[in-house]
Amino acid sequence: MPRIVGVDIPNNKLVEISLTYIYGIGRTRALKIAREAGVKPGVRAKDLTEEEVGKITSIIQKSHQVEGDLRRERAQNIKRLMDIGSYRGLRHRRGLPVRGQRTHTNARTRKGPGRGVVGAKRKRKAQ
Amino acid sequence: MSRSVKKGPYVHPSLLRKIAKNQGVGGKAIKTWARRSVIMPEFVGLTFAVHNGKRFLPVYVTENMVGHKLGEFAPTRTFRKHSGIKARAAIQKK
Repeated sequence: MPRIVGVDIPNNKLVEISLTYIYGIGRTRALKIAREAGVKPGVRAKDLTEEEVGKITSIIQKSHQVEGDLRRERAQNIKRLMDIGSYRGLRHRRGLPVRGQRTHTNARTRKGPGRGVVGAKRKRKAQ
Repeated sequence: MSRSVKKGPYVHPSLLRKIAKNQGVGGKAIKTWARRSVIMPEFVGLTFAVHNGKRFLPVYVTENMVGHKLGEFAPTRTFRKHSGIKARAAIQKK
């Protein structure tokens, strides 16, 4: 299995799919990178030549921010919002939706699994 | 949709006037209702008293705040949540 930018070891899927296992690379970028590196369409990741792997790696390192660096930047952006005490930062702190969505219902992605009525039922059972 | 770059950032005229008159230089807050005004680089180091609909909240402008709007730093809503829920859950777990 080829190793590209650090720990990522994509498997025997198509190159453009396996590249998306890298944090910061989706389908669009993966396709662009594969094309730029001159990988033939339909080639699986395990069949990549040494040379192609090198090419892909250098393209990613040159023009994309991925993995740790990207995560760090995202975390810093959020931290900045929290540090300056802006509304968005406050929402991040509370773990609530940041962009003005409703919270009366839904917003489960940010708020986590539901509580409330279900919890009350469970309580009765426990007793 | 974001604002057209051509127009430049919006700052309320009265706010610019107050700053031009050097209000708030001696650490005194500039009282303002102009929540929608963008914080300009010249505002760094000033303190604004931004209206939240009820009171004027002091906002000390730092470098990181440039490009945000004054209103972002004066919440208009009271954060409400049920008391006890967490406390009750903690007791249940034990």
